[in-house]
Amino acid sequence: MLRYLATRLLLVVPTLWAVATLVFVLVRVIPGDIVELRLVSGGTYVTREVIEQERARLGLTKPLWEQYVDWVGGLARLDLGTSMWTGAPVVREIAIRLELSLQLAVMATVVAVSLAIPLGVWAAVRRGTWVDHAVQVFSVAGLATPSFWLGILLLLFLLWTFRWLPPMLFTPLWVDPVANLSQLVWPALAVGYRYSAVATRMTRSAMLEVLREDYIRTAWSKGLAERPVVVRHALRNALLPVVTVIGLEFAFLIGGLVVTEQVFNLNGVGKLFVDAISRRDYTLIQGLMLLVASVYVFVNVGLDVAYALLDPRIRYR
Amino acid sequence: MDGRHRLTVLASLLVLAALVAGSAATGLSAPTPPPRRGGVLNFIVSAEPPSFDAHRETTFAVIHPVRPHYNLLVKFDPLNYPQVVPDLAESWRVSEDGLTYTFRVRSGVRFHDGSLLTSRDVKASLDKIIFPPQGVVSARQAAYEMVESISAPDPRTVVIRLKWASPSFLQNLASPFNWIYKAEILERDPRWYERNVMGTGPFRFKEYVRGSHWEGVRFENYWKRGRPYLDGYRALFISSPAAQTAAIRSGQALVEFRGFSPAQRDEVVQALGDRVVVQESGWLCNLLVVPNARRRPFDDARARRALTLAVDRWGGSRALSQISFLGPVGGVMRPGGPYATPEAELQRLAGFGRDIQAARQEARRLLREAGVPEGFEFTLKNRNIPMPYQPGGIYLIDQWRQVGLNPRHVIQETGPYLADLRAGNYDVAVDFTCDFYDDPDVQLAKFLSADRSPANYAGYTDRLLDGLYRQQSRERNPQRRLQIVRQFERRVLSDRAYQYHLLWWRRIVPHWKRLQGYKVGPSHYLEDLEEMWLTE
Repeated sequence: MLRYLATRLLLVVPTLWAVATLVFVLVRVIPGDIVELRLVSGGTYVTREVIEQERARLGLTKPLWEQYVDWVGGLARLDLGTSMWTGAPVVREIAIRLELSLQLAVMATVVAVSLAIPLGVWAAVRRGTWVDHAVQVFSVAGLATPSFWLGILLLLFLLWTFRWLPPMLFTPLWVDPVANLSQLVWPALAVGYRYSAVATRMTRSAMLEVLREDYIRTAWSKGLAERPVVVRHALRNALLPVVTVIGLEFAFLIGGLVVTEQVFNLNGVGKLFVDAISRRDYTLIQGLMLLVASVYVFVNVGLDVAYALLDPRIRYR
Repeated sequence: MDGRHRLTVLASLLVLAALVAGSAATGLSAPTPPPRRGGVLNFIVSAEPPSFDAHRETTFAVIHPVRPHYNLLVKFDPLNYPQVVPDLAESWRVSEDGLTYTFRVRSGVRFHDGSLLTSRDVKASLDKIIFPPQGVVSARQAAYEMVESISAPDPRTVVIRLKWASPSFLQNLASPFNWIYKAEILERDPRWYERNVMGTGPFRFKEYVRGSHWEGVRFENYWKRGRPYLDGYRALFISSPAAQTAAIRSGQALVEFRGFSPAQRDEVVQALGDRVVVQESGWLCNLLVVPNARRRPFDDARARRALTLAVDRWGGSRALSQISFLGPVGGVMRPGGPYATPEAELQRLAGFGRDIQAARQEARRLLREAGVPEGFEFTLKNRNIPMPYQPGGIYLIDQWRQVGLNPRHVIQETGPYLADLRAGNYDVAVDFTCDFYDDPDVQLAKFLSADRSPANYAGYTDRLLDGLYRQQSRERNPQRRLQIVRQFERRVLSDRAYQYHLLWWRRIVPHWKRLQGYKVGPSHYLEDLEEMWLTE
């Protein structure tokens, strides 16, 4: 297992290098120029000399290979460079937003898991009854409802009912837990509901499959009570696909909540991503892509470990 | 009636008129309570400052949150635009030939680090803007072409010598971007201010959390006695219009200084009723139509003229002002501004007349003459920013279809849109301008030949226009200057029809009544927190 893990972790390096190279090329293919966006898009008169001077300062007049070598050289020293738009280190730009995005992803995952697993199991065990139908309605509605739309409904509900809106400024959890939670609990509910819908359906179908297995029939035949059969024997084996879905959704939440972040005015990674792309902030886009790729890579490694822990039959060589 | 009686009657009438006017004014405006000290003003800024150095930036996103930390040498009076009033300059003198401006710098002005301001700081700051050192970007360097030298002969005097007398120089100097920095810091590192804040302004820097907010607190040693009234301010960075409206409705922010759309205004007013005040004003911004003069058939002035003739601006103004902040009809200078073209004169320009049927007939004739076939297909390139570009673009498409043309609306993200405009990769484009004051030097620069103005995407070269620009820029007689501006306008908008305005914008700023001491002006770059205060 340890050897397998070490190999997987070593493979992370070439994977990330390939992502970095691909992103470096792709962002430069998109038309648009950060200097014009910065100096001209406001409609103000700026001379060509000023534009050229700024392009030179940002290193955009260097040959592409030189820009690539500079950037990869920085990566080798764990330096992601500075944002071309703000001039601040890319790591700092990301770190400010990552705290919020991570907390929101964890909260949404907690909401999703605490809804999805009990509901999915219950629906599978009571297959064909009103419970199953109710859970199906709940999960289909969740799949059909975009998180941002649910977010808007939540905000309107709060505004009309209590004449109150969640605070728009982020306060870290350890500074003021009440302020922090009163801001993040609403987007966590909006995002967690959709996320739980996916996981509920997956739990239900995985459970239905496992409940048909011979060893479950054997457990029933031995006269075991429902709880140990369902929880100890069925659920544990049904969890593998569910864990995969939860892991991949979690990775998605780190950078993928663009619209929800806008609705709740959250200063998260998704919004930063969109800003960086619309400004053609190459260094920041590259840094963010590396972050997202790293999250996916490490979540996948984590999932492999989880599989081994959940299913003793799985052994990695 | 003899002369004495006539004078008495005239004087009595004047007094009566003054009394009536006075009582009417009193009746119209509620008594204003005396300004109150205290409170923190939360306001929305829809974008973030790229850097903290206004000398290199062109966006309001640096002005709104960061400007309260700084003073200018002279500034536009925030309550009485376009009057220029002293800021760090106590007074100034202009030589008779208009070539020398001598400023007397205030004494006892302190920077936020406690050091005293002298003329050396003013000179260093203006030098950085007008004669930037190698590697330092100054966005407005070209606006000060007329400056020959800046000197600081003693700690309280700054002398600016010009190469030619420029009638707009003082207003130009009052640019809200011309912040005064500390000379010692600039000498050490001319780019220090890109990432740091240290000025003489009414508020000290407290905190900036990227993507979230910017905070300032009152500077207790501020040179202007009794100011600022506010204890501090917090600029909240909120880009989504829905979230902006929600922030105002919930009272988390009291105002967004740039401007709301009519729909946002209505939502706020409906929700807050008499707790909100709506201020509206003309806006020094406009939407332009830019035919590509490097491409057929728009290399032919007749085809370009036909496009402008087909557009009913007066009808558009009525319709579009209901759904967007597009509104006033105007030429090259802002309608309602000091250089505005009178309506009678404006109506003589192609596309600005009130008889749209006659204009469209003329447009069809010109299109036939230019060899443009019925149903001619072309693209209208536009930005993906909904307000006000998209309603403007859709309106244009409809107008051109009415003269037998078949335009297609191509909406692009700002990056590719600018890249295409710069490369001349378009047929007709929607463009815009935004400025901080009404002056031909500023508003006409965009229309200079393409080799002189990087903002001219139409791609034409017209030395006559360049010459007219130069003439008006140096003309000290206001009447003669105005005549040259009108000549310039006729040539750009009508005779050659190189580029033309669709409509100018209208600023709509709803704010909580609690906010006092604020008056909306025609530029969103001129906001000044010094005089603002909050009721209980």
